[in-house]
Amino acid sequence: MIEKTIMSEVDVRRALVRIAHEIVERNEGVDGLVLVGMRTRGVPLARRLAQILEGLENAQVSLGELDITLYRDDLDAHGIYPTVRRTDIPVDVTGRSVILVDDVLYTGRSVRAAMDAVIDFGRPRCIQLAVLVDRGHRELPIRPDFVGKNLPTSRDEEVKVRLVETDGVDEVVIAKDVPE
Amino acid sequence: MNRKDVLDLDDFTAEEIALVLDTADAMKEVLSRPIKKVPPLRGKTVVILFYESSTRTRVSFELAAKNLSADVVNITASTSSVAKGESLVDTIRTLQALGADMIVIRHSQSGAPYLVAQHLDGSVINAGDGWHAHPTQALLDMYTIRERLGRIAGLSVVIVGDVLHSRVARSNIWGLTKMGAKVTLCGPPTLLPVVSKNGCRGDLPEVTVEHDIDKALSGADVVMGLRIQKERQEGGLLPSLREYVQLYQLTRDRIARAKPGALVMHPGPMNEGIEIAPDVAYSTQSVIENQVSNGVAIRMALLYLLAGHRSKQI
Repeated sequence: MIEKTIMSEVDVRRALVRIAHEIVERNEGVDGLVLVGMRTRGVPLARRLAQILEGLENAQVSLGELDITLYRDDLDAHGIYPTVRRTDIPVDVTGRSVILVDDVLYTGRSVRAAMDAVIDFGRPRCIQLAVLVDRGHRELPIRPDFVGKNLPTSRDEEVKVRLVETDGVDEVVIAKDVPE
Repeated sequence: MNRKDVLDLDDFTAEEIALVLDTADAMKEVLSRPIKKVPPLRGKTVVILFYESSTRTRVSFELAAKNLSADVVNITASTSSVAKGESLVDTIRTLQALGADMIVIRHSQSGAPYLVAQHLDGSVINAGDGWHAHPTQALLDMYTIRERLGRIAGLSVVIVGDVLHSRVARSNIWGLTKMGAKVTLCGPPTLLPVVSKNGCRGDLPEVTVEHDIDKALSGADVVMGLRIQKERQEGGLLPSLREYVQLYQLTRDRIARAKPGALVMHPGPMNEGIEIAPDVAYSTQSVIENQVSNGVAIRMALLYLLAGHRSKQI
Protein backbone atom coordinates (compact mmCIF):
# COMPACT_ATOMS: atom_id res chain seq x y z
CA MET A 1 0.00 0.00 0.00
CA ILE A 2 1.51 3.32 -1.02
CA GLU A 3 0.11 6.59 0.27
CA LYS A 4 0.32 10.02 -1.27
CA THR A 5 -0.61 13.08 0.75
CA ILE A 6 -3.25 15.17 -0.98
CA MET A 7 -4.09 17.70 1.74
CA SER A 8 -1.97 18.77 4.69
CA GLU A 9 -3.19 20.14 8.01
CA VAL A 10 -3.06 23.68 6.60
CA ASP A 11 -4.95 22.64 3.45
CA VAL A 12 -7.71 21.06 5.57
CA ARG A 13 -8.05 24.18 7.68
CA ARG A 14 -8.15 26.51 4.66
CA ALA A 15 -10.72 24.32 2.92
CA LEU A 16 -12.98 24.39 5.98
CA VAL A 17 -12.65 28.19 6.30
CA ARG A 18 -13.57 28.59 2.63
CA ILE A 19 -16.55 26.22 2.97
CA ALA A 20 -17.73 28.20 6.01
CA HIS A 21 -17.63 31.43 3.98
CA GLU A 22 -19.56 29.78 1.16
CA ILE A 23 -22.18 28.50 3.61
CA VAL A 24 -22.67 32.02 5.01
CA GLU A 25 -22.88 33.48 1.51
CA ARG A 26 -25.34 30.90 0.21
CA ASN A 27 -27.58 31.02 3.28
CA GLU A 28 -27.23 34.76 3.93
CA GLY A 29 -25.94 34.19 7.44
CA VAL A 30 -26.36 31.28 9.80
CA ASP A 31 -29.95 31.88 10.91
CA GLY A 32 -31.96 28.65 10.92
CA LEU A 33 -28.95 26.50 10.01
CA VAL A 34 -28.34 23.07 11.50
CA LEU A 35 -25.02 21.37 10.80
CA VAL A 36 -25.37 17.60 10.92
CA GLY A 37 -22.16 15.57 10.95
CA MET A 38 -22.31 12.07 9.51
CA ARG A 39 -20.52 9.52 11.64
CA THR A 40 -17.66 9.00 12.03
CA ARG A 41 -15.50 11.77 10.58
CA GLY A 42 -18.31 14.09 9.53
CA VAL A 43 -18.95 14.75 13.22
CA PRO A 44 -15.64 16.50 14.06
CA LEU A 45 -15.74 18.27 10.67
CA ALA A 46 -19.22 19.64 11.44
CA ARG A 47 -18.03 20.73 14.88
CA ARG A 48 -15.08 22.62 13.33
CA LEU A 49 -17.30 24.24 10.69
CA ALA A 50 -19.73 25.35 13.41
CA GLN A 51 -16.85 26.94 15.32
CA ILE A 52 -15.63 28.83 12.27
CA LEU A 53 -19.20 29.94 11.43
CA GLU A 54 -19.75 31.18 14.98
CA GLY A 55 -16.54 33.21 14.72
CA LEU A 56 -17.58 34.69 11.37
CA GLU A 57 -21.16 35.55 12.25
CA ASN A 58 -20.96 35.92 16.02
CA ALA A 59 -24.02 33.70 16.44
CA GLN A 60 -24.78 30.25 17.77
CA VAL A 61 -24.97 27.44 15.19
CA SER A 62 -26.96 24.25 15.95
CA LEU A 63 -25.03 21.03 15.66
CA GLY A 64 -26.13 17.40 15.36
CA GLU A 65 -24.64 13.93 14.86
CA LEU A 66 -26.13 11.36 12.54
CA ASP A 67 -25.59 7.61 12.34
CA ILE A 68 -26.90 6.28 9.03
CA THR A 69 -26.49 2.55 9.77
CA LEU A 70 -30.22 1.82 10.10
CA TYR A 71 -30.82 3.41 6.66
CA ARG A 72 -28.05 1.66 4.71
CA ASP A 73 -29.03 -0.16 1.52
CA ASP A 74 -26.35 -2.85 1.91
CA LEU A 75 -27.23 -4.32 5.32
CA ASP A 76 -27.82 -7.77 3.88
CA ALA A 77 -24.64 -7.73 1.81
CA HIS A 78 -22.09 -8.46 4.51
CA GLY A 79 -23.64 -10.86 7.01
CA ILE A 80 -23.59 -9.55 10.55
CA TYR A 81 -25.14 -6.10 10.71
CA PRO A 82 -22.80 -3.23 11.58
CA THR A 83 -22.86 -1.58 15.01
CA VAL A 84 -25.47 1.15 15.35
CA ARG A 85 -24.46 4.26 17.21
CA ARG A 86 -26.54 7.03 18.63
CA THR A 87 -27.97 9.81 16.51
CA ASP A 88 -28.31 13.17 18.23
CA ILE A 89 -30.14 16.01 16.51
CA PRO A 90 -30.97 18.39 19.35
CA VAL A 91 -33.26 20.77 17.42
CA ASP A 92 -36.43 20.36 15.36
CA VAL A 93 -35.28 20.33 11.73
CA THR A 94 -38.68 21.39 10.38
CA GLY A 95 -38.34 24.68 8.50
CA ARG A 96 -34.56 24.82 8.99
CA SER A 97 -31.74 24.44 6.50
CA VAL A 98 -29.88 21.24 7.26
CA ILE A 99 -26.27 21.01 6.11
CA LEU A 100 -25.01 17.43 6.03
CA VAL A 101 -21.27 17.21 6.61
CA ASP A 102 -19.12 14.22 5.63
CA ASP A 103 -15.46 13.59 4.96
CA VAL A 104 -15.54 11.85 1.56
CA LEU A 105 -18.27 11.84 -1.09
CA TYR A 106 -18.03 8.72 -3.27
CA THR A 107 -21.02 6.69 -4.51
CA GLY A 108 -23.56 8.96 -2.82
CA ARG A 109 -25.26 6.05 -1.08
CA SER A 110 -24.41 7.29 2.44
CA VAL A 111 -25.83 10.70 1.56
CA ARG A 112 -29.05 9.09 0.30
CA ALA A 113 -29.32 7.25 3.62
CA ALA A 114 -28.57 10.44 5.56
CA MET A 115 -31.28 12.39 3.70
CA ASP A 116 -33.85 9.69 4.49
CA ALA A 117 -32.81 9.79 8.13
CA VAL A 118 -33.00 13.59 8.39
CA ILE A 119 -36.47 13.64 6.80
CA ASP A 120 -37.67 11.21 9.50
CA PHE A 121 -36.91 13.98 12.00
CA GLY A 122 -39.14 16.53 10.30
CA ARG A 123 -39.48 18.54 7.09
CA PRO A 124 -36.41 20.71 6.63
CA ARG A 125 -36.63 23.82 4.44
CA CYS A 126 -33.72 22.39 2.46
CA ILE A 127 -30.84 19.95 2.78
CA GLN A 128 -27.36 20.92 1.61
CA LEU A 129 -24.22 18.83 1.47
CA ALA A 130 -20.69 19.80 2.52
CA VAL A 131 -17.78 17.39 2.03
CA LEU A 132 -14.06 17.70 2.54
CA VAL A 133 -13.26 15.57 -0.53
CA ASP A 134 -15.34 14.67 -3.58
CA ARG A 135 -13.71 11.67 -5.24
CA GLY A 136 -16.32 11.07 -7.97
CA HIS A 137 -17.88 7.75 -9.09
CA ARG A 138 -21.44 8.62 -8.10
CA GLU A 139 -24.03 5.82 -8.29
CA LEU A 140 -26.98 8.07 -7.40
CA PRO A 141 -28.06 11.52 -8.65
CA ILE A 142 -26.40 13.44 -5.80
CA ARG A 143 -24.05 16.43 -5.94
CA PRO A 144 -22.39 18.36 -3.14
CA ASP A 145 -23.09 22.04 -2.43
CA PHE A 146 -19.75 22.72 -0.75
CA VAL A 147 -16.52 20.87 -1.57
CA GLY A 148 -13.11 21.15 0.09
CA LYS A 149 -11.29 19.47 -2.76
CA ASN A 150 -12.31 17.72 -5.97
CA LEU A 151 -10.12 14.66 -6.28
CA PRO A 152 -10.26 12.53 -9.44
CA THR A 153 -9.62 8.92 -8.39
CA SER A 154 -9.90 5.45 -9.78
CA ARG A 155 -12.08 2.89 -8.02
CA ASP A 156 -9.12 0.80 -6.85
CA GLU A 157 -7.70 3.72 -4.91
CA GLU A 158 -8.72 4.56 -1.37
CA VAL A 159 -9.12 8.07 -0.03
CA LYS A 160 -8.37 8.35 3.68
CA VAL A 161 -9.26 11.43 5.66
CA ARG A 162 -7.48 11.58 9.00
CA LEU A 163 -8.51 14.07 11.65
CA VAL A 164 -6.91 15.00 14.95
CA GLU A 165 -10.08 14.06 16.85
CA THR A 166 -10.24 10.52 15.47
CA ASP A 167 -6.77 9.73 14.12
CA GLY A 168 -4.37 12.11 15.88
CA VAL A 169 -3.41 14.01 12.71
CA ASP A 170 -5.06 16.23 10.08
CA GLU A 171 -4.41 15.02 6.54
CA VAL A 172 -5.97 13.54 3.43
CA VAL A 173 -4.11 10.77 1.62
CA ILE A 174 -4.77 8.64 -1.40
CA ALA A 175 -3.76 5.00 -0.98
CA LYS A 176 -3.23 2.35 -3.60
CA ASP A 177 -2.27 -1.31 -3.48
CA VAL A 178 0.94 -1.99 -5.35
CA PRO A 179 1.34 -5.42 -6.94
CA GLU A 180 4.38 -7.17 -5.47
CA MET B 1 -23.35 -10.18 17.06
CA ASN B 2 -22.36 -13.56 15.77
CA ARG B 3 -25.16 -15.80 16.99
CA LYS B 4 -28.33 -17.28 15.56
CA ASP B 5 -30.53 -17.34 18.65
CA VAL B 6 -31.08 -15.68 22.01
CA LEU B 7 -32.20 -18.49 24.32
CA ASP B 8 -30.67 -17.46 27.66
CA LEU B 9 -27.80 -15.30 28.88
CA ASP B 10 -25.68 -18.23 30.10
CA ASP B 11 -23.90 -18.41 26.74
CA PHE B 12 -23.45 -14.64 26.37
CA THR B 13 -20.11 -12.94 26.95
CA ALA B 14 -19.91 -9.64 28.84
CA GLU B 15 -18.90 -8.01 25.52
CA GLU B 16 -22.03 -9.30 23.79
CA ILE B 17 -24.24 -8.01 26.60
CA ALA B 18 -22.51 -4.62 26.40
CA LEU B 19 -23.10 -4.58 22.60
CA VAL B 20 -26.82 -5.25 23.12
CA LEU B 21 -27.06 -2.47 25.71
CA ASP B 22 -25.16 0.00 23.49
CA THR B 23 -27.36 -0.86 20.52
CA ALA B 24 -30.44 -0.39 22.71
CA ASP B 25 -29.14 3.08 23.51
CA ALA B 26 -29.23 3.95 19.80
CA MET B 27 -32.70 2.37 19.53
CA LYS B 28 -33.96 4.41 22.47
CA GLU B 29 -33.06 7.56 20.55
CA VAL B 30 -35.15 6.26 17.63
CA LEU B 31 -38.08 5.89 20.03
CA SER B 32 -37.79 9.56 20.98
CA ARG B 33 -38.26 10.74 17.38
CA PRO B 34 -41.52 12.05 15.94
CA ILE B 35 -41.44 9.12 13.48
CA LYS B 36 -40.44 6.06 15.51
CA LYS B 37 -39.77 3.86 12.53
CA VAL B 38 -36.50 2.93 10.84
CA PRO B 39 -36.04 0.66 7.82
CA PRO B 40 -33.42 -2.06 8.54
CA LEU B 41 -35.78 -5.09 8.73
CA ARG B 42 -37.87 -4.25 5.66
CA GLY B 43 -39.01 -7.43 3.97
CA LYS B 44 -38.30 -9.63 6.98
CA THR B 45 -41.04 -11.53 8.78
CA VAL B 46 -41.07 -11.85 12.55
CA VAL B 47 -43.48 -14.38 14.02
CA ILE B 48 -44.51 -13.85 17.63
CA LEU B 49 -45.64 -17.22 18.94
CA PHE B 50 -47.05 -17.17 22.47
CA TYR B 51 -48.24 -20.28 24.28
CA GLU B 52 -48.71 -18.31 27.52
CA SER B 53 -50.54 -15.10 28.28
CA SER B 54 -48.62 -11.85 28.23
CA THR B 55 -49.24 -8.16 27.77
CA ARG B 56 -46.00 -6.27 28.08
CA THR B 57 -43.60 -8.76 26.50
CA ARG B 58 -45.82 -9.54 23.51
CA VAL B 59 -46.75 -5.92 22.81
CA SER B 60 -43.19 -4.79 23.30
CA PHE B 61 -41.83 -7.36 20.81
CA GLU B 62 -44.53 -6.43 18.32
CA LEU B 63 -43.75 -2.70 18.60
CA ALA B 64 -40.01 -3.41 18.41
CA ALA B 65 -40.36 -5.42 15.18
CA LYS B 66 -42.72 -2.87 13.64
CA ASN B 67 -40.42 0.03 14.56
CA LEU B 68 -37.71 -1.74 12.55
CA SER B 69 -40.14 -2.11 9.58
CA ALA B 70 -40.45 -5.90 9.83
CA ASP B 71 -43.70 -7.65 8.97
CA VAL B 72 -45.18 -9.08 12.15
CA VAL B 73 -47.40 -12.11 12.55
CA ASN B 74 -48.92 -12.76 15.96
CA ILE B 75 -49.95 -16.26 16.95
CA THR B 76 -51.53 -17.25 20.24
CA ALA B 77 -51.89 -20.94 21.00
CA SER B 78 -55.64 -20.77 21.64
CA THR B 79 -56.48 -19.43 18.16
CA SER B 80 -54.05 -21.54 16.12
CA SER B 81 -53.82 -25.17 15.04
CA VAL B 82 -52.15 -25.82 18.38
CA ALA B 83 -55.71 -26.00 19.72
CA LYS B 84 -56.28 -28.85 17.22
CA GLY B 85 -53.32 -30.72 18.65
CA GLU B 86 -50.53 -29.73 16.25
CA SER B 87 -47.12 -30.36 17.80
CA LEU B 88 -44.62 -27.59 18.43
CA VAL B 89 -42.20 -28.96 15.85
CA ASP B 90 -44.92 -29.18 13.19
CA THR B 91 -45.98 -25.63 13.98
CA ILE B 92 -42.38 -24.47 13.50
CA ARG B 93 -42.05 -26.37 10.19
CA THR B 94 -45.25 -24.72 9.00
CA LEU B 95 -44.05 -21.26 9.99
CA GLN B 96 -40.70 -21.89 8.30
CA ALA B 97 -42.49 -22.94 5.09
CA LEU B 98 -44.56 -19.74 5.29
CA GLY B 99 -41.35 -17.70 5.34
CA ALA B 100 -40.70 -16.77 8.96
CA ASP B 101 -37.27 -15.17 9.31
CA MET B 102 -37.36 -14.94 13.09
CA ILE B 103 -39.54 -16.48 15.76
CA VAL B 104 -40.13 -14.99 19.17
CA ILE B 105 -41.50 -17.73 21.41
CA ARG B 106 -43.00 -17.94 24.87
CA HIS B 107 -43.81 -21.39 26.20
CA SER B 108 -44.72 -22.88 29.56
CA GLN B 109 -42.26 -25.76 29.03
CA SER B 110 -38.69 -24.98 29.98
CA GLY B 111 -36.44 -25.65 26.99
CA ALA B 112 -39.11 -25.31 24.29
CA PRO B 113 -37.22 -22.47 22.52
CA TYR B 114 -34.16 -24.74 22.23
CA LEU B 115 -36.24 -27.31 20.37
CA VAL B 116 -37.59 -24.58 18.10
CA ALA B 117 -34.06 -23.32 17.40
CA GLN B 118 -33.04 -26.78 16.18
CA HIS B 119 -35.84 -26.84 13.62
CA LEU B 120 -35.68 -23.28 12.32
CA ASP B 121 -33.06 -21.87 9.94
CA GLY B 122 -33.89 -18.38 11.13
CA SER B 123 -33.32 -16.87 14.56
CA VAL B 124 -35.23 -17.73 17.72
CA ILE B 125 -35.67 -15.37 20.64
CA ASN B 126 -36.83 -16.82 23.94
CA ALA B 127 -39.56 -14.60 25.39
CA GLY B 128 -39.86 -16.78 28.49
CA ASP B 129 -39.85 -20.56 28.88
CA GLY B 130 -41.29 -22.17 32.01
CA TRP B 131 -39.17 -21.49 35.08
CA HIS B 132 -36.04 -21.47 32.98
CA ALA B 133 -35.13 -18.21 31.30
CA HIS B 134 -36.34 -14.81 30.17
CA PRO B 135 -33.25 -13.25 28.64
CA THR B 136 -34.87 -10.15 27.12
CA GLN B 137 -36.29 -9.17 30.51
CA ALA B 138 -32.86 -9.54 32.12
CA LEU B 139 -31.28 -7.43 29.36
CA LEU B 140 -33.84 -4.64 29.79
CA ASP B 141 -33.32 -4.78 33.55
CA MET B 142 -29.57 -4.41 33.06
CA TYR B 143 -30.14 -1.61 30.55
CA THR B 144 -32.35 0.23 33.07
CA ILE B 145 -29.75 -0.20 35.80
CA ARG B 146 -26.94 1.06 33.59
CA GLU B 147 -29.06 3.98 32.38
CA ARG B 148 -29.86 5.08 35.94
CA LEU B 149 -26.66 4.25 37.82
CA GLY B 150 -24.13 4.55 35.00
CA ARG B 151 -22.68 1.07 35.42
CA ILE B 152 -23.41 -2.51 36.45
CA ALA B 153 -20.00 -3.75 37.59
CA GLY B 154 -19.53 -3.58 41.34
CA LEU B 155 -23.19 -2.93 42.16
CA SER B 156 -25.02 -4.90 44.81
CA VAL B 157 -28.29 -6.25 43.43
CA VAL B 158 -30.81 -7.96 45.73
CA ILE B 159 -33.51 -10.15 44.20
CA VAL B 160 -36.39 -10.65 46.63
CA GLY B 161 -39.20 -13.17 46.51
CA ASP B 162 -40.09 -16.31 44.61
CA VAL B 163 -36.75 -16.98 42.91
CA LEU B 164 -37.52 -20.68 42.57
CA HIS B 165 -40.26 -20.22 39.98
CA SER B 166 -38.74 -17.13 38.37
CA ARG B 167 -37.24 -17.27 34.89
CA VAL B 168 -36.60 -13.53 35.22
CA ALA B 169 -34.42 -14.11 38.27
CA ARG B 170 -32.47 -16.91 36.61
CA SER B 171 -31.61 -14.89 33.51
CA ASN B 172 -30.77 -11.86 35.64
CA ILE B 173 -28.41 -13.93 37.79
CA TRP B 174 -26.52 -14.96 34.65
CA GLY B 175 -26.44 -11.51 33.12
CA LEU B 176 -25.69 -9.48 36.23
CA THR B 177 -22.85 -11.72 37.42
CA LYS B 178 -21.28 -11.71 33.94
CA MET B 179 -21.37 -7.90 34.05
CA GLY B 180 -19.63 -7.89 37.42
CA ALA B 181 -22.51 -7.18 39.81
CA LYS B 182 -22.85 -8.90 43.17
CA VAL B 183 -26.19 -10.72 43.38
CA THR B 184 -28.00 -11.60 46.60
CA LEU B 185 -31.14 -13.74 46.66
CA CYS B 186 -33.62 -13.19 49.46
CA GLY B 187 -36.83 -15.03 50.31
CA PRO B 188 -38.25 -17.91 52.30
CA PRO B 189 -36.10 -21.08 51.91
CA THR B 190 -38.93 -22.88 50.11
CA LEU B 191 -38.93 -20.26 47.34
CA LEU B 192 -35.18 -20.15 46.69
CA PRO B 193 -33.22 -22.56 44.51
CA VAL B 194 -31.30 -25.19 46.46
CA VAL B 195 -27.96 -23.72 47.47
CA SER B 196 -24.76 -24.88 49.07
CA LYS B 197 -22.64 -22.81 51.42
CA ASN B 198 -20.73 -21.28 48.54
CA GLY B 199 -23.66 -20.26 46.46
CA CYS B 200 -26.17 -21.88 44.18
CA ARG B 201 -25.82 -25.53 43.48
CA GLY B 202 -26.15 -26.79 39.98
CA ASP B 203 -25.36 -24.63 37.01
CA LEU B 204 -26.08 -21.12 38.31
CA PRO B 205 -23.13 -18.79 38.91
CA GLU B 206 -22.14 -17.84 42.44
CA VAL B 207 -24.61 -15.73 44.39
CA THR B 208 -25.21 -14.90 48.03
CA VAL B 209 -28.33 -16.12 49.81
CA GLU B 210 -29.79 -14.20 52.75
CA HIS B 211 -33.13 -15.11 54.31
CA ASP B 212 -33.31 -12.01 56.53
CA ILE B 213 -34.60 -9.21 54.30
CA ASP B 214 -33.28 -6.41 56.53
CA LYS B 215 -29.76 -7.80 56.28
CA ALA B 216 -30.11 -8.49 52.56
CA LEU B 217 -31.23 -4.96 51.71
CA SER B 218 -28.65 -3.12 53.73
CA GLY B 219 -26.31 -1.31 51.35
CA ALA B 220 -28.08 -2.52 48.20
CA ASP B 221 -27.82 -0.46 44.99
CA VAL B 222 -30.75 -2.23 43.31
CA VAL B 223 -33.73 -4.04 44.84
CA MET B 224 -35.61 -6.28 42.45
CA GLY B 225 -38.98 -7.62 43.60
CA LEU B 226 -40.47 -10.71 41.98
CA ARG B 227 -44.12 -11.60 41.55
CA ILE B 228 -45.53 -14.15 43.97
CA GLN B 229 -46.96 -16.49 41.36
CA LYS B 230 -50.24 -17.38 43.04
CA GLU B 231 -50.94 -19.96 40.36
CA ARG B 232 -47.77 -21.78 41.36
CA GLN B 233 -48.28 -21.67 45.15
CA GLU B 234 -50.58 -24.65 45.56
CA GLY B 235 -47.86 -27.04 46.71
CA GLY B 236 -47.73 -25.58 50.21
CA LEU B 237 -44.45 -23.72 49.72
CA LEU B 238 -45.81 -20.77 51.70
CA PRO B 239 -47.76 -21.18 54.96
CA SER B 240 -49.82 -18.16 53.92
CA LEU B 241 -49.60 -15.07 51.75
CA ARG B 242 -50.07 -13.02 54.92
CA GLU B 243 -46.89 -14.47 56.40
CA TYR B 244 -44.98 -13.68 53.22
CA VAL B 245 -46.24 -10.10 53.30
CA GLN B 246 -45.13 -9.73 56.93
CA LEU B 247 -41.66 -11.11 56.32
CA TYR B 248 -40.74 -10.15 52.77
CA GLN B 249 -42.94 -7.40 51.33
CA LEU B 250 -40.89 -4.50 49.96
CA THR B 251 -42.01 -1.65 52.20
CA ARG B 252 -40.79 1.93 52.56
CA ASP B 253 -39.06 1.06 55.86
CA ARG B 254 -37.23 -1.88 54.34
CA ILE B 255 -36.17 0.00 51.19
CA ALA B 256 -34.74 2.70 53.48
CA ARG B 257 -32.02 0.20 54.47
CA ALA B 258 -30.69 0.17 50.91
CA LYS B 259 -28.33 2.89 49.67
CA PRO B 260 -29.86 6.34 49.21
CA GLY B 261 -31.15 6.52 45.64
CA ALA B 262 -31.23 2.73 45.28
CA LEU B 263 -33.43 1.55 42.44
CA VAL B 264 -36.63 -0.42 43.01
CA MET B 265 -37.45 -2.78 40.15
CA HIS B 266 -40.14 -5.33 39.34
CA PRO B 267 -40.58 -7.30 36.10
CA GLY B 268 -44.38 -7.09 36.33
CA PRO B 269 -47.15 -7.89 36.54
CA MET B 270 -47.17 -6.74 40.16
CA ASN B 271 -49.33 -7.97 43.01
CA GLU B 272 -49.50 -4.66 44.82
CA GLY B 273 -49.81 -5.17 48.55
CA ILE B 274 -48.26 -8.65 48.36
CA GLU B 275 -44.62 -8.62 47.26
CA ILE B 276 -44.46 -4.83 47.00
CA ALA B 277 -46.25 -2.03 48.84
CA PRO B 278 -48.05 0.38 46.49
CA ASP B 279 -46.19 3.42 47.87
CA VAL B 280 -42.88 1.71 47.02
CA ALA B 281 -44.03 0.68 43.55
CA TYR B 282 -44.89 4.30 42.70
CA SER B 283 -42.10 6.03 44.64
CA THR B 284 -39.41 8.18 43.04
CA GLN B 285 -36.96 5.31 43.48
CA SER B 286 -39.14 3.00 41.42
CA VAL B 287 -38.06 2.47 37.80
CA ILE B 288 -40.78 -0.07 37.05
CA GLU B 289 -42.31 2.01 34.25
CA ASN B 290 -38.86 2.72 32.78
CA GLN B 291 -38.32 -1.04 32.63
CA VAL B 292 -41.43 -1.39 30.48
CA SER B 293 -40.48 1.37 28.04
CA ASN B 294 -36.85 0.23 27.84
CA GLY B 295 -38.15 -3.21 26.86
CA VAL B 296 -38.99 -1.96 23.37
CA ALA B 297 -35.46 -0.58 22.84
CA ILE B 298 -33.80 -3.79 24.04
CA ARG B 299 -35.97 -5.94 21.77
CA MET B 300 -35.28 -3.67 18.80
CA ALA B 301 -31.57 -4.09 19.52
CA LEU B 302 -31.83 -7.89 19.60
CA LEU B 303 -33.95 -8.15 16.45
CA TYR B 304 -31.49 -5.89 14.62
CA LEU B 305 -28.39 -7.71 15.85
CA LEU B 306 -29.78 -11.14 14.94
CA ALA B 307 -31.07 -10.12 11.52
CA GLY B 308 -27.62 -10.16 9.95
CA HIS B 309 -27.10 -13.79 10.84
CA ARG B 310 -29.61 -15.08 8.31
CA SER B 311 -28.33 -12.94 5.47
CA LYS B 312 -24.88 -14.40 6.05
CA GLN B 313 -26.12 -17.91 5.29
CA ILE B 314 -27.72 -17.03 1.98
